[in-house]
Amino acid sequence: MTTAAPDDRSTVAARGQPTDTPASTTGAVVELDHVTKRYGPPGTPPAVNELSLTIPAGEICVLVGPSGCGKTTTMKMINRLVEPTSGRLTIDGRDVMQLSPVDLRRQIGYVIQQVGLFPHMTVGDNTGVVPRLLRWPEARIRERVEELLDLVGLEAAAYRDRYPSELSGGERQRVGVARALAADPPVMLMDEPFGAVDPIRRDRLQNEFLRLQSRVRKTIVFVTHDVDEAIKMADRIAILQRGGILAQYDTPDAILSHPANEFVERFVGADRGLKRLSLARVRDLELIRPVLVRAGTDRTDARRELQASAIGFALLVDDGGRPLGWIRDTDVDEQGPIDPEQATPGASLIEPETTLRDALSTMLASSVQLGAVVDQNERVVGLISVDQISEVLQSGNLPGSTDATG
Amino acid sequence: MPPGEPLLRPDWVVNNLDVIGERLAEHLGMTATAVGVGFVISFVLALLIRRRRALHATVVGAAGILYAIPSLALFAFLIPFSGISFVTAEIALVSYTLLILVRNILLGLDSVPSDVLEAADGMGYTSRQRLWRVELPIALPIIVAGLRIATVTTIGLVTVTSLIGQGGLGYLIVVAGINAFFPTAIYVGALLSVALAVAADALLLAVQRRLTPWSAARGETS
Repeated sequence: MTTAAPDDRSTVAARGQPTDTPASTTGAVVELDHVTKRYGPPGTPPAVNELSLTIPAGEICVLVGPSGCGKTTTMKMINRLVEPTSGRLTIDGRDVMQLSPVDLRRQIGYVIQQVGLFPHMTVGDNTGVVPRLLRWPEARIRERVEELLDLVGLEAAAYRDRYPSELSGGERQRVGVARALAADPPVMLMDEPFGAVDPIRRDRLQNEFLRLQSRVRKTIVFVTHDVDEAIKMADRIAILQRGGILAQYDTPDAILSHPANEFVERFVGADRGLKRLSLARVRDLELIRPVLVRAGTDRTDARRELQASAIGFALLVDDGGRPLGWIRDTDVDEQGPIDPEQATPGASLIEPETTLRDALSTMLASSVQLGAVVDQNERVVGLISVDQISEVLQSGNLPGSTDATG
Repeated sequence: MPPGEPLLRPDWVVNNLDVIGERLAEHLGMTATAVGVGFVISFVLALLIRRRRALHATVVGAAGILYAIPSLALFAFLIPFSGISFVTAEIALVSYTLLILVRNILLGLDSVPSDVLEAADGMGYTSRQRLWRVELPIALPIIVAGLRIATVTTIGLVTVTSLIGQGGLGYLIVVAGINAFFPTAIYVGALLSVALAVAADALLLAVQRRLTPWSAARGETS
């Protein structure tokens, strides 16, 4: 996904779309209407109870809850690996019960925790499974496989002929995602897809997947038991409690700021205020204009600039505009040019994409409660302060939260 | 053994190459028939058991009893129905393959990981497509392992059918060798039988490796 080429080669022209949009079917609305699943006879407690959810097209809906809450059962009813006892499930208004399970499943991507790659097929054949079931011509399958492996960041020439046993866990997971996307389904079901990889690799796979999703815009039903993963991945979170009862269905921000009941409050954790900060990014804040002082400037000039500004610190920068450290007014009492050695180090670099949560911990770690925001060339573009973030926490309104997962 | 008779007379071997070749071919044919028919029956039985697990104990139990009956006794039971014939010999030989083959086919199918089955269902395989394109290919190394055991066992057993006028290389051992006090024929029959077993085993292994390159990629042999 980091090395993926834009997949605007083959089908875009045929569909007459502008070349800057992804060449794929975007999501469909998934609707659950009073869906119940009971494994025992009538009267036994249901696994999923009268569940109603509308998942807007192109969004990631995360089903989260403790074990036994029916989240996986709910997901599997969408592709009928589990048959609902009552209620209606529709995809773009079509009742899933009207299609044969086999036809339905070929139109829905499916990714599971253990990936379930077919050990006797190469990466290329695994990826082409659904197109082959749909009897696409071989040439088109080949082309599609190449496109998909590129999309998930695996070089087709190097990976196509390898067997799953020759791949790392992360690579297998990517092939699993490529296989699920193969027939360009509008809906994807993902059952704890990153549950089996270590935390560092999981974080990378999550970021890659979010980047991928921003291009393919599928409707994704994502099951996890990890609240942090839910907050990170979701456009909407459905929190289920034991017995398959929907406790709350809302955006991550709304769930963190206004938990519907005590169960949700306990489930998301006492640090939900802090968790909310990972929903907003530094670029959503209004940056403070910095006082920039180039190394070698005369101290008298620097003093004048510092006094004219409300902030007690100036940022010492090099000739390229990159931050070197902080300067206090006490540092510029004397005469002569400023010596970079004088600057207080710790002007840690914060990028516009950094989450407020990470920015806060960066700033708290430095002696100056300000952060220098830099562009990709490490040039200072502005400052943020700890005060700004605590204001966000107090106001209850997240800046730019509609785009928080991007 | 007549005094002065050598253990091996190369001139007899050279003069009788056509007879030896005929018996070798017969031996091979009887083995292939027995393992082939046995495999088809076992495959059907294994699929039936997969559909109804309750059949498992009955089928495997019956195959086990067949396997335990001494071959001489089995011939005795069968002769009233099918006579002293090729059919009688084959019925016995086929019976002995069932236990090994049914068990290995089931073992192979059961070895398919559950996440692979779930993925196959989720991708939209029909149950028949899942069986032929996913389960059987993955089960193949274990199924072939069963075929190898059945083949080697059958090659040994074919010699016994010489007692009812069949026998392939067994004819050389029993009729030309033991009955005529002629050790050369015994040696030739026994050596060729062993060589045939080793060759068949190696051939099946080679075929399996060829068909399952992915299992070699994982560092497995069978």
